[in-house]
Amino acid sequence: MVGVSVRGISKSFGSASILNGISLDICDGEFLTLLGPSGCGKSTLLRIIAGLEQQDCGTIEVAGIKVDHLRPKLRDVAMVFQSYALYPHLTVSENMALPLRMRRLSAWQRLPVIGALLPNVRSVCTEIKTEVARTAKALGIDHLLSRKPSQLSGGQRQRVAVGRAMVRHPAVFLMDEPLSNLDAKLRVQMRGEIKELHRRLGVTFVYVTHDQTEAMTMSDRVAVMLDGQVAQVASPRQIYACPADRRVAELIGAPKINLLEAAPRGEGLLAIAGSTLAVDNVLDFGDSVTVGIRPESLQFADRAGLNTLTGRLRYVEHVGADLFAYVDVPGSREPLVARLPVELASRLQSDQTLHLRVRCEQALLFSADGRRLSEGDGQVTPLRSYAE
Amino acid sequence: MTPRTKILSGLVRHVILLTTGSLVLVPFIWMVSLSLKPPAELFSSNFTLLPEHWFAVENYTKALTAAPLPRYMLNGVIVCAAILLLQIIVCAPAAYALAKIRFAGREIIFGFVLIGLLIPHQVLALPLFILCYWLGILNTYAALIFPFVVSPFGIFLFRQFFMSIPDDIVHAARLDGLSELSIVWRIMLPMSLPAVIAFSIVSVVGHWNDLFWPLLVVHSQEFMPPSLGIVTFANAETGNDYGPLMAGATLVVAPLVIAFFAAQRWFIEGLTAGSVK
Ligand SMILES: Nc1ncnc2c1ncn2[C@@H]1O[C@H](COP(=O)(O)OP(=O)(O)OP(=O)(O)O)[C@@H](O)[C@H]1O
Ligand SMILES: [Mg+2]
Repeated sequence: MVGVSVRGISKSFGSASILNGISLDICDGEFLTLLGPSGCGKSTLLRIIAGLEQQDCGTIEVAGIKVDHLRPKLRDVAMVFQSYALYPHLTVSENMALPLRMRRLSAWQRLPVIGALLPNVRSVCTEIKTEVARTAKALGIDHLLSRKPSQLSGGQRQRVAVGRAMVRHPAVFLMDEPLSNLDAKLRVQMRGEIKELHRRLGVTFVYVTHDQTEAMTMSDRVAVMLDGQVAQVASPRQIYACPADRRVAELIGAPKINLLEAAPRGEGLLAIAGSTLAVDNVLDFGDSVTVGIRPESLQFADRAGLNTLTGRLRYVEHVGADLFAYVDVPGSREPLVARLPVELASRLQSDQTLHLRVRCEQALLFSADGRRLSEGDGQVTPLRSYAE
Repeated sequence: MTPRTKILSGLVRHVILLTTGSLVLVPFIWMVSLSLKPPAELFSSNFTLLPEHWFAVENYTKALTAAPLPRYMLNGVIVCAAILLLQIIVCAPAAYALAKIRFAGREIIFGFVLIGLLIPHQVLALPLFILCYWLGILNTYAALIFPFVVSPFGIFLFRQFFMSIPDDIVHAARLDGLSELSIVWRIMLPMSLPAVIAFSIVSVVGHWNDLFWPLLVVHSQEFMPPSLGIVTFANAETGNDYGPLMAGATLVVAPLVIAFFAAQRWFIEGLTAGSVK
């Protein structure tokens, strides 16, 4: 079953076109992450799904029903904002109770003094109170219910914001970078908690972030947004191993993927950075091709040879179990990054010559227009392993 | 800075502040002082702040009995409260629309509000008077209230404040199911408490002290606000008898002064609470 379906959504502000025909099917109960650079329109898309912004064209369906003409209140979606957007003049419990009060009480019943005298109001209010208390307890904020948002820490505010979205049991949760205002440690902890929340509630989550670690660790699927379009939708593993195009490959992975221009030499050979790669010659490369090599796809080698790049070591960065070697190779302005085992550290010195063997089965080839070149099913990389 | 120059600059600062402060306060203190003196002492050549013979009881009794001063004060309260309430009811939604809702012509309409801000009330007195005549509300409370219900200043002030409230709050409120009007009453206004207080003070002080408009539209004592009451009191009852007149003036100003002192701490707290997010 489809949880949310986005069909051909376009949106421009004035002359700036922000979204160009976004289409996306989000399964029921799925955790889908929208990943993209800052300013690419992720928040705008989320606001369109929530009904807070009107799209120029295209439709939104929630649980198979068109919601384009429904007000935000009626769409059965809840949103957690980057700034949390808690009401500063209300206490935590009033913040969390508001969506329920607005739904279960009529305008008359909500009036300050008269409302309390009307029939049923008291029972509905106690019901709301117990539900708020239950949600607060589940989030571990039950001791904060009488505080104002200004008296809370960032992490606590974040939980209140999640709680306010949770109390009314929406079919879809929209989260707009909810962790970006937290410090690194808390972010890791909340990442786990949100994932756990998703598992427990089993409803659809659409999660916006520009942090690829969040996207990779939390999602069932990741939708990469670039230039107002969805560049690729796939599982985190697939996005990393088989990016649909060059921009996706560049966006995902830290440090960034190494991209080297290569020239076909005929007979299944590519000239690259002063050395030669062996490739399958079934593919038609045209005049030029870009080879993408992830840092971990480079191995230390003793000597130059086929499928081996040679360059000058600029510097080494230690990251615990591994180290990153930055190597200048001919024909590339940016240094090549290789992830090498830390045991090599004693053998590496600045300015020494370094040979790096490319693990062919993991290298990626991109055509001049940025698409990834692949054979048939799109899984096999066309570089041929070279048997020594 | 050495301690000595520090003390010196503090001294200079305080002298300047005390001088300007007392310049502002002198007429007021003089008024209170006169209201305590018997007629004989009013024009005596030797200057004293406190009377030689206390005459306060007589002056204040006369002020309260010779003219229906309590009635004037009640009128003032009714008129000021009605004006303030209606102003907020009208201005807050208008300001919300100008600050948070996108629609064609919004900037032009805001331009009109700014023009309204520039036009002095006196310029509009004649058309408003004629309008009141047509509506048949001359010499009623309505005539005192109706011209002030739409306050360009209120709209402007609230709009500026609402602009500073993040859009996300409005979005969250819409998702929580609040209608646009309930967003105004339940979210925007409570979040703009400093603006509401500041506006209330300006509005109440302005209309409590207003003499010009009541003078035009009201002639029966029944509807007179305090300022106009004092004027008629001065004309009709006292002649040269300034003691009771000053007593009346003191009584008229007193509620504002008391209200301000009572609200002062809260007022300043409200202002600082708004600035520290
Ligand atoms: N109301 C608006 N009027 C004009 N331009 C807008 C409006 N809202 C957003 N934009 C523009 O649309 C673009 C996308 O904005 P959006 O907030 O969706 O980006 P984002 O992907 O969420 O970025 P970030 O990761 O920084 O939050 C931006 O260039 C922004 O300037
Ligand atoms: Mg955003």
